[in-house]
Amino acid sequence: MSEGGNNEDPEMGDVGPGYLEAAGEGIGAGIRGYVIGLALAALLTAASFYVESTRLIWAPGIPVALIVLAVAQIGVHLVFFLHITTAPDNTNNTLALAFGVLIVALIFGGSVWIMAHLNNNLMPLPQQMLQMQR
Amino acid sequence: MSVSQALPGPHRREMDPYRIGHRHGGSGGGHGHPTGHGEGGPAPRNVVVAYGFWIFILSDIVMFSAFFAAHAVLQVATAGGPSATVLFDPSHVAWETACLLLSSFTCGLSAVATRVRSLLWTEVFLLITGLLGAAFLLLEAQEFASLVARGASPERSAFLSSFFAVVGCHGCHVTAGLLWLGTMMAQVYVKGFRPNVLRRLLCFNLFWHALDIIWVALFTIVYLVGLGR
Repeated sequence: MSEGGNNEDPEMGDVGPGYLEAAGEGIGAGIRGYVIGLALAALLTAASFYVESTRLIWAPGIPVALIVLAVAQIGVHLVFFLHITTAPDNTNNTLALAFGVLIVALIFGGSVWIMAHLNNNLMPLPQQMLQMQR
Repeated sequence: MSVSQALPGPHRREMDPYRIGHRHGGSGGGHGHPTGHGEGGPAPRNVVVAYGFWIFILSDIVMFSAFFAAHAVLQVATAGGPSATVLFDPSHVAWETACLLLSSFTCGLSAVATRVRSLLWTEVFLLITGLLGAAFLLLEAQEFASLVARGASPERSAFLSSFFAVVGCHGCHVTAGLLWLGTMMAQVYVKGFRPNVLRRLLCFNLFWHALDIIWVALFTIVYLVGLGR
């Protein structure tokens, strides 16, 4: 590297998301990363569709298994396709992602949680009230 | 780390002087960059652009999470109409998934081709990406048409309204992505690998991969979990 001092120090640098150059890989390594990502993603997708169709798994456990597989596949996409890493130069990207995940978890999880328990907090209908008074 | 340093100019990694965890003063000489405003100067353009686009993608995902939440709540609200079990065909969804996953892969290959500044292969892989994306949209349009033909249109029940909203919203994103992809192919062809074109290609890559991530959540929550209910 030419002059620029600390600017060129890779330890000090920062990269945006999806920045292939950051990995410091050759073409072969770049392609290999995508191939590994595709293989893992295809495997997890196939597993999801299998879990849905099979009767081997206890039925109430299927949604949980599907969500676990989806989260794993999203992780694969983030690492192999979007090149989000835990390296120091990715701190900003990872923090933004963590915040996004927090908001998504609040909106999605919160909505499902609240709506599933909505009836518990409602005043019973008049007919039900009568039954309760008996 | 040392490999990236050895690469020529355009491959060089640039730094953000304001990044979190930045060490004051550096290791020696006392000429490290301060983390406040001023001496370090603004972060390099492509870091700022990619990070800004990353924030946009995350906000887009937050928007989608609201659609997903609505659908997850309304999945059983069929109002006596057809339910997911009757309507959805897993093999059709599997084909859609395959198209989008493969297009994400070829999009990544186009990024590798861009990295070595190969105009031909960049265009070829972008074209394949676009064709796979178009195939995905075609399959989705087919599905929508068959649903409507069977009387399962958006106004039939809350379940179908939220289904068409979330899947349609993703479809709109793919359509916009295809228009962007066509624009990028033209720009790469006419303008070549200029720095601003490279930044746009990077953003397009992020966008296309993000669409695939949303589709993963979509086929899981909307289709597979829906089929099990």
